[in-house]
Amino acid sequence: MIQLEQIARDFPVGDEIVHALAEVDLTLPAGDYVSVMGPSGSGKSTLLNVLGLLDRPNGGRYLLNGTETTTLGEEKRAALRRDHIGFVFQAFHLVPRLSAADNIGLPMILAGVEPRQRAARISEVLASLDLTARAGHRPDQLSGGQRQRVAIGRAIVMRPDLLLADEPTGNLDQHAGGEVIELLERLNATGITLVVVTHDPAIGRRARRRIRMIDGRIDSDEQADAPA
Amino acid sequence: MRPRDRLAFATASLVGARTRTLLMLLAMSIGVASVVILTALGEGARRYVVGEFAQLGTHLLIMLPGRSETTGGAPPLFGETPRDLTIGDAMALLRERSILRVAPLTVGNAPVSYRSREREVSVVGATAEMFPIRHLELGSGQPLPEMDPERASNVAVLGAGLRDELFGSERALGRWVRINDRRFRVIGVLSEGGESLGRNLDDMVIIPVASAQILFDAPSLFRVLIQARSEADIPRAKAAAREIIRERHDGEDDVTLITQDALLSTFDEILRALTYTVGGIAAISLAVAGILIMNVMLVAVSQRVAEIGLLKALGAPERTVLQLFLTESVLLAGAGALLGILLSVGAIVLLQRLFPTFPVAAPLWAPLAAVAVAMSTGLLFGVLPARRAARLDPVRALSGR
Repeated sequence: MIQLEQIARDFPVGDEIVHALAEVDLTLPAGDYVSVMGPSGSGKSTLLNVLGLLDRPNGGRYLLNGTETTTLGEEKRAALRRDHIGFVFQAFHLVPRLSAADNIGLPMILAGVEPRQRAARISEVLASLDLTARAGHRPDQLSGGQRQRVAIGRAIVMRPDLLLADEPTGNLDQHAGGEVIELLERLNATGITLVVVTHDPAIGRRARRRIRMIDGRIDSDEQADAPA
Repeated sequence: MRPRDRLAFATASLVGARTRTLLMLLAMSIGVASVVILTALGEGARRYVVGEFAQLGTHLLIMLPGRSETTGGAPPLFGETPRDLTIGDAMALLRERSILRVAPLTVGNAPVSYRSREREVSVVGATAEMFPIRHLELGSGQPLPEMDPERASNVAVLGAGLRDELFGSERALGRWVRINDRRFRVIGVLSEGGESLGRNLDDMVIIPVASAQILFDAPSLFRVLIQARSEADIPRAKAAAREIIRERHDGEDDVTLITQDALLSTFDEILRALTYTVGGIAAISLAVAGILIMNVMLVAVSQRVAEIGLLKALGAPERTVLQLFLTESVLLAGAGALLGILLSVGAIVLLQRLFPTFPVAAPLWAPLAAVAVAMSTGLLFGVLPARRAARLDPVRALSGR
């Protein structure tokens, strides 16, 4: 459950102040599937960063599972990120020197999970992503679609409540992109809240809830009657 | 993050950046090696000098005519002529029970010739006692005979080098050489390669002290070597010697007594200080290596901005990122230090092979201090890059801005 109340985020650009987010109110129930669309500079990515606790709003309240996060210290926010939020990036952001399995295991290493538990969970995730055969491959030995699947594996390895995807298909071809979206939707079906920021209307339409942003404000927030 | 995972992660990223890591290791290891090798050389010099002093003789006191110490009183109006230190003075010292042997010495330079060959060498006037006191060994013949030291006698013991130069392959024993205008019969030759305090004993000739005094027309002795019975007897021997001379010199305290130990410890201190200085200078290269680590780590941070952003997005707090980068710096410094120690051990072994007589050896504190300094430089100079990494804004870092 996510509640944003009057969230504002300003950036100074030269002498002016740009309102990347202005008075954003948003409530996401657990298990929601939301797409965020809008023109460049409309605040989509800033919204995602605020949701992901990577960015701190200048004003307003953000409750994550009932916890007020805007007043938390850096360490607590990192811990919330670690335990409740998974990120999927357009550029994958895999660590090039680590194998697929090690990339997936990275959040557990940072969290200090026992090696034996880690190994068990990694093979579980690899199997669910159909990547078991690629476990020992480094990112440069994987296709784009496989890389993004590894990145998704890394995002879900800590069993987060919230999955944030910023243009997850932006660097992929049609086919691989479709597979990645289907994978994300399968995960959403298990109860993970999914927020996808995208330029692609075809992908945006697939979400049950479609948010359109313009100039840092939510312009429209539609609920689809049935999943497309 | 578990410490072992942190170590593994840092190691992996160092191995990943191979060229950078190798360069850093090189810089660090050269720094550490230069500290260890230079201190080993300093320590070698110290041991060399201490060894030389030990050869000079044990439980030794050296008496010099004249008083070289300042007493703090008003300067005398008339120049005090020190009384001659005579052979009689020297022999009187044997009254003291704590004194085992006494060797009065006179030293000068004079031409020594045999037939047409002539060499200018040191002529040492001594007694038979000098041979055991200074551990002089004879290659052939006899030492100076035991006799009344006040009596002159025309006998000489040659250094091995001088023998070679004057006599070539001829037999020297029993021949007569000319020193200044006097003739001396060769009764002994010192063994080869004798060395004392860096002074080659090869190029000298030893004659009875009374003969040397006549030769140089020097009524006063150059110095008197006094050997105490034991280490513990040295202070007593020193006091007694001073007292005996005072008696004989009408109450004037006009000799200087140097214990060899005092001399030795002075040299020891000087050379130790020198070793520390050299080590300290070499430590500057460690600091340079530290600055290099800082530079390279800063470059690494800017190259790995995206990775740092990712770590933060995955839930690594600033503290963890800081620790990761510090671990890398310390690992680099530590591995470099280890490499440097191996390097210096190799160099020291090589030096020992090349110069077997020079006792090169690193004192134990040198590698320990070098490693400690290296590690702390790594830590110290790692702080700035690590903090920069820790403070990166994850949003900017991930977007590559």
